Amino acid sequence: MNIYVLVKRTFDTEEKIVVSGGKIQEDGAEFIINPYDEYAIEEAITVRDEHGGEVTVVTMGGEEAEKQLRTALAMGADKAVLINTEDDLEEMDQFTSAYILAEYLKDKEPDLILTGNVAIDGGSGQVGPRVADLLGINYVTTITDLKIEGSTVTIVRDIEGDAEELETSLPLLVTAQQGLNEPRYPSLPGIMKAKKKPLEELELDDLDIEEDDVEAKTETIEVYLPPKKAAGRVLEGDLTNQVSELVSLLRNEAKVI
Amino acid sequence: MSKKVLVLAETREGALRNVSFEAIAAAKQVSDGGEVVAVLLGDAVSEFGAELINYGADRVVTVEHPHLKHYTSDGYGQALMAVVEQESPEALVFGHTAVGKDLSPKIATKLQSGLISDVTAIEGEGDDAVFVRPIFSGKAFEKVKNKDGLLFFTVRPNNIAPLAKEERSGDVSSLSVDITNLRTIIKNVVRKSAEGVDLSEAKVIIAGGRGVKSADGFAPLQELANLLGGAVGASRGACDADYVDYSLQIGQTGKVVTPDLYIAAGISGAIQHLAGMSNSKVIVAINKDPEANIFKVADYGIVGDLFEVIPMLTEEFKKVM
Repeated sequence: MNIYVLVKRTFDTEEKIVVSGGKIQEDGAEFIINPYDEYAIEEAITVRDEHGGEVTVVTMGGEEAEKQLRTALAMGADKAVLINTEDDLEEMDQFTSAYILAEYLKDKEPDLILTGNVAIDGGSGQVGPRVADLLGINYVTTITDLKIEGSTVTIVRDIEGDAEELETSLPLLVTAQQGLNEPRYPSLPGIMKAKKKPLEELELDDLDIEEDDVEAKTETIEVYLPPKKAAGRVLEGDLTNQVSELVSLLRNEAKVI
Repeated sequence: MSKKVLVLAETREGALRNVSFEAIAAAKQVSDGGEVVAVLLGDAVSEFGAELINYGADRVVTVEHPHLKHYTSDGYGQALMAVVEQESPEALVFGHTAVGKDLSPKIATKLQSGLISDVTAIEGEGDDAVFVRPIFSGKAFEKVKNKDGLLFFTVRPNNIAPLAKEERSGDVSSLSVDITNLRTIIKNVVRKSAEGVDLSEAKVIIAGGRGVKSADGFAPLQELANLLGGAVGASRGACDADYVDYSLQIGQTGKVVTPDLYIAAGISGAIQHLAGMSNSKVIVAINKDPEANIFKVADYGIVGDLFEVIPMLTEEFKKVM
C-alpha cells in the first residue's frame, strides 16, 4: 500500500508564546511534530505493518523541519520528503499549502493519506480536506478508528463527542483525532536506522509551481497576545460561607448564572 | 460594496443550532446591506426556515434529499455547490462545527477561495472587516483579512452575539438537487455526549482533572452541570487516567472552549489546559492546593476538597434557582 503522511513542525505545547515586532518569536523555542500528526504517523506505520507497502512522510517549510522528519523516520516511516519553501514564499495560507502538497502528490498514486485533524499552531484544520479535494479523492476527518479489508475501509470518527461509524473505500485521506492510537517513541535502533533512510528535498521549481499560482488568498495583519487577566479572588472563611458567597458572586457580580 | 452572503444553517437533535443564528449576525456585519441567504440541508428541514428569517436571514433556501439525512462531505458538498451556483454569493459563512470544519475546506477548494477558520470576533464592517481568530489554541490571536476573491469564514460557537429574534417575513424556497455517488456510507452514530449539551456550545462547563480520582468521581460534576444546563469537561490528566473519554478533553490537544462560566475542579492548570479554557468569561477554580496554577487565571477561587465543595455548590444553586 502506498501511504503518505502530511506532517507539520510546530511549537512544543509547553512553550509560552512571545510576540515581538508583530511576530511570534521562535528563538530558543522547542519544536515538535504536531501532536495530531504523530497519531497519523503511528497509524500509517500500523497499516503498513499489517498490509505491506511504504510510508512516506511529507512536510513543508525550511531546513529545520528535517529534524521532525528524522523523528518520523525513527518511529518507523520509510521515506521523507521536505518541500522547502523558505526561499520562494513569504506569505502562505492554507490555500498555498494545500496546492503545493497536492501538486507533489498528484502523480504518486497514494492509496491512503493521513494527517492530523488540526495543527496546534494555526488551528484551521483545512489542509487535509483541501488536499483530498484537489486530488479528487474522498476524505474523512477526526477519525478514532481505522480498519482496512481489501478496498473497504471502516472508520469511527469523533463528531463533537459522538462516535460516527462509517464505511468508505480507498483511495482516501483521513485526519487523525486523539484516541486513534498511542504514538510510539522512537527506539534507539530506530534512531540509528533513520539516519540512513532517504530524505528528499524539493523546491517549488521541482514541482513546476509558479509563485503566482500559490499566492495566499488571506493575509495576517496582526498577531497579539490576549490581555493578561487581573489576579482573581480566592475566597476566605468558613467553607459554607465561601460556597454561598461564590454563588452570590456568580449571580450578582459576574452575572453568568 | 454590498455583498450577498450565504450562511450554512445547521440543526442538531431536531432544533436549529445557536451557532447558525450567530453566523447570520456575522453575515449581516460583512454584508454591508446586501442580502443574507440561509441554507438548510437535510432530509426534512423546511420547517426551520421561518425561524432563520426571524433571526435575521432575508431569505432561506432548502435542499431536501434522503441522502442528506446524515452529513457526508460528498452529499452536503453537492447540495451546497448547487445553491452557490444558483445564488452566486460574494461571501460564505459556516459555523465552526463538526460539519462546518469538515465541509468548509472542500467548498473553499472548489471555489478557489481563502477560508478564515474559527473566527471569534469581527472588527469593522463590509469590505473593511477584519477577522479575529485564536492561534496556538488561544495562547495568542491573529487578525486576518481576505485578500483576494470570495470571502469565506467559519465562526466559533458562543462568541458572536446573535441578532434579537423578531417576527419577520421572508421567502423560504426549495432547490431540487440530484445527490449521487456518495463515497461514504454512515452506518451508525453512537451518542456519547451526556445530556445532549455539546462542550463547544455549552454556556457552563464543569471540568475535572486528576483530582477527581476516578470515573465515579465525575458524578457530582455531572450533577452540577445538569442543574446549570451545562456540560462536563476534563483535563488531559483525567482522560489519560481513563476517568472519562478523550472527547471531553479541554486543552491545546483537545477542545478549546469559551463558555460564560468554567468551573475547574481538581485541575492543577498545566499550560496546555489553560490554552483550552483561559478565554472563558468567568473562571472558578476549586483545588486543595492553594499554589495550583489554575488560581492564576481564575476569577474566583476556593481552596478546598472538590468532593466537599461541588455538592455544596449544587445544593446552594438549588436554593436560589
